[in-house]
Formats: sequence, structure tokens, C-alpha cells
Amino acid sequence: MRWLRSHLVAIAGLLVLAYLLIPNLIVIIFSFNNPAGNYNYQWQEFSTEAWTNPCGPPGICDSVGLSLRIGFIATIVATLFGTMIAFALGRHRFRGRSSTNLLIFLPMATPEVVMGSSLLTLFIAMGVAPGTPTILIAHILFCISFVVVTVKARIASLDPRLEEAAADLFANPTQAFMRVTLPLVAPGIAAGGLLAFSLSFDDYIITNFNASPSSITFPMFVWGAAQRGTPVQINVIGSVMFLAALILVASGTLISNRRNKVAA
Amino acid sequence: MVGQLVEGPAAAPPARRGRRNYTPYLLLLPGLAWLVVFFVVPMLSLASQSLQTGDVENGYTQTFHFQNYVDAMSQFWPHFLRSIVFAGTATLFTLILAYPLAYFMAQKSGRWKNILLILVIAPFFTSFLIRTLAWQTILADNGLVVSIARTTHFTDLLQWLQLTSNDSLMNSKFAVICGLTYNFLPFMILPLYASLERLDHSFIEAAGDLYATPLQTFWKVTWPLSLPGVVGGTLLTFIPAAGDFINSRLLGNTTTVMIGQVIDSQFLRVQDYSIAAALSFVLMLTITVLVAVYVRRAGTEELV
Repeated sequence: MRWLRSHLVAIAGLLVLAYLLIPNLIVIIFSFNNPAGNYNYQWQEFSTEAWTNPCGPPGICDSVGLSLRIGFIATIVATLFGTMIAFALGRHRFRGRSSTNLLIFLPMATPEVVMGSSLLTLFIAMGVAPGTPTILIAHILFCISFVVVTVKARIASLDPRLEEAAADLFANPTQAFMRVTLPLVAPGIAAGGLLAFSLSFDDYIITNFNASPSSITFPMFVWGAAQRGTPVQINVIGSVMFLAALILVASGTLISNRRNKVAA
Repeated sequence: MVGQLVEGPAAAPPARRGRRNYTPYLLLLPGLAWLVVFFVVPMLSLASQSLQTGDVENGYTQTFHFQNYVDAMSQFWPHFLRSIVFAGTATLFTLILAYPLAYFMAQKSGRWKNILLILVIAPFFTSFLIRTLAWQTILADNGLVVSIARTTHFTDLLQWLQLTSNDSLMNSKFAVICGLTYNFLPFMILPLYASLERLDHSFIEAAGDLYATPLQTFWKVTWPLSLPGVVGGTLLTFIPAAGDFINSRLLGNTTTVMIGQVIDSQFLRVQDYSIAAALSFVLMLTITVLVAVYVRRAGTEELV
């Protein structure tokens, strides 16, 4: 009883963690299912068929390819623009600072349906046909703010004396930026980029407002499948994404931990 | 600024030397131009569309037809109300669930901290839609969860609360709220963790030394000091949950339709753009007002 009381927080915390992770486990387990009907919601028998033939259902791999392409372009543009804004906010004083902050904040505080539908009304009013370019416009838009916030936090945590030290050592501003500031901010930029990519790759609601039948992203494929039957390959792709990202993040953490230890 | 909610107010950057500097404006130009052209202008376009009359075939004309708002709201106010109630309930549940985990991670996890942090963001690595579909398996009629819920009479309780209409769990209000809570839980955990991690443990010890019971310590010390995280997490959860329609569509039924689903179908299926735009605009306004009132009440204005 006493043990239970002193570990109550830990037990509750771990139960919550289980609640968070069980769906991911289900996704992985059901990637080995051989479902009886069109829907992969009920366990039938073990099979590796979907893993050996991931592109089986027509359109699935095209949709993954499109999502990857959109994700890469959106990430590069949004990370570039977002990082520039973050440097302006973190390293300069200028007029219009608070309105800039507001303009960065508002897209994050706007529900996705509102953002998607407002873009659609603009495209309708301008006579622009929806498709891959309109999806890209939307993705870059909603990624910028998240990159700004992530990179700005990193810049704010830097010691400004490091740049001053570079200047004292006769580095010109460009050298100080390239040799000192940028390497120090790089982890923040990388984190912002990863966040942008995952937001773009995973977005359904905004994409759906600005897509055409010839630009089916992976989330749109999954949504369509949920209406008429979910192929097991969806779970395979979900599992691959999950494991790849987990390995990436875990090794990143390990490397930075080791580096910190060496530095200490 | 959500970053500031998480990170705490950042110090103003040092002033640059005297001469007029155009660098910040050049740095801002491409990104802000993008935000103005594809966020601010569409919002104006949405407002304008909501005051137009016409239809898809014959085109729309700007008539400042405010009746659109009356029509939209008189038809869809139950969906609005439902969205606010569902999102509010889910936000409350995420807070209750996130607090112990965030507290444990921040104060007690020691060297496991980084691993726990990775595990909290790990769900994001699989698509939102695929994870929501997994709940169809978890809550399915012949599954383990349903049979446990039936033996413990949890299903009766849910029926009594009118969260389900029979003794299954899927396609019900319960399933939708459960899905919303699940999907937005990490958005609550991370800001809470950030503010609890900054909490100096000696405050808690001091409260104990002064004969506060654990409950008193929590209410008088831990909770007030974690408020910035609570406010940040609530906003990050409530706003997307109120506009979400993936959970209500995939886990609910016709009685759980949320406003996002209505906006989506009015735009893309019914193609009644003016009504859809009016609904979208009202949703934006409702959320802005609720958030402003909430932030003011929570007394942390300087954070947003």
C-alpha cells in the first residue's frame, strides 16, 4: 500500500504512456494480418504478404511518392523562410515586431478547416485550379510558423557573447555568422525542418481542400481507403514511417548525449 | 508565440548600433509575404465569400447578404455547440491524463527523461489517420476493451451518460471524445512538461517542511507554477480539436457530426460556398473569442 502510494504518479504516468503508444503497436501488429474482408480491423491470421508486396493496392505508392515530394519541397522552402524570420526576430530590433509576432502566431491558432477553406475560396475567386501546386502553397504556409517558433527558441537560448567573442577575434560579420552562429543554431533548424516535414507528410484536412483527383497524397489515400476498405499495406507504410523516425530521433539523441558527455 | 508559452518569455534582443538597418526587413520579406498572400488575403476572401449570394453554376456576386450567417447558424448551431463541448471535454481529459505523466517526466524520471520524451512524440511518427483507424480495432465489438467494459458495467455507465447508445463502444460520442483525447494528448504533455521541468523541486520540499499535506503542496505550489504550461497545452489541444473532423468521421456516427465535417461537406460536396464560408468564419471568431477570454481569466496575458 505504501509502495503504491509513493509510486502513484509513476504508475499513472506509465498508463498514460501506454494509452499513447498502444495504437502504434496495433498498427504494427496489424501490418502482419491477413484480413478476411476489405477492412483490416479484426485479427485473422499471420501473414507477411503486405510486407513483401507493399505497392500492391493501386495508387498507394504513387500517393506516398507525391507526399514525399511535397514534403521535401515544403520543408526546404518553409525552413528557409522560417529561419530567416526567426533570425530577424531573434537578432534584430525593428518596427512592426509585435505585428510580425501576431502574423506568425495566427496560423497556428487557426483551425485547419478554416485555413484550408479560406485558401480554397481564394483559389476559387482567382480561378486557380486545385492540384499539386496549391497543396504546396498550403503546406509551406502552415509549416512556416512552426519553423519560426522552433528556430527562434534555439536562437534565444544562445549566448550572445559567443558572437562578440568571434568579433573580438577579428571575424567579420559574415565569418562570425557562418562559423559561430549558424552551427550553433543548426540543431534548431534541423528540428524545425523535421517538424515541417512531418506536418506536411501527415496533413489531411488542409490538403483535402486544395487537392484534385490527380493529386492524391498519402493521407488522402488513407482517407479514401477508410471509406471503401483498408488494405494492409497502409499499416506497412505506417510501421515503416514509425520505425524509421524512431531510429532517426533515437540516434540523434544518442549522438548529442555522447557529445555533451565528451564536452563535459 | 506558442514557443514562448513553452519556453517562457524571451529576453528582447540587444539593440543594434545606430545606423539604419534594413537587414531584418529583408529577412522577413519572403516569409511574411507568403503569410500575407496565402493567409491574410484568403481570410479576407473568406469573409467576402460569406457575404455573397449566388451558386456554383451562375457565379457569385458580392451583396453583403448577412442573412447567410443567420441561415448558417440556424441550421448548424447544434454542430457548433457539439464541437465546443467535445473539444472542451477532450481538453479536460488530456489535462487530467497529461499531468501525471508530465510531472513524472519532469521531476522523477532521472536518466530516463530523454527516452520518455521520445516515446511521447513517437505517436506522431505514424500518420494521424492511420492511428485513428487503429482505434476502430481497439474499440471493436468483439475486442478485449469492449468485453472488459461490459464485465465492469462501464458500458452501462456510458449508456447512462448517453455517450453511447448500446453496449458497444465504436461509432459513439464516447469513441469520438476518446479519439480526440488520444490524438491531442502530446500537445498537452509537452508544454506541461516544459513548465514542470523548470519547477524547482526545493519549493515542493519547502512546502513539506512547512507541514503542507501533499494535496496542499500540489494546489498551492505545483499547480500555480505549472499554469503557463496548462494554458499553453489547453490552447494547443482545444483549437485543433474544435475544428477536427477526422475523429468524428472515423469513430463516430450521424449524431456526432462536428462543425469541421459540416464545413468540409458544405464546401466540397454541397458546394454552397457562402454558407460554408460563413460557418468557417464563425468558427474562427468563436475560437478567437473563447481563447481571448480564457487567456485573460487565466491571468497569463503576457504569455500570448
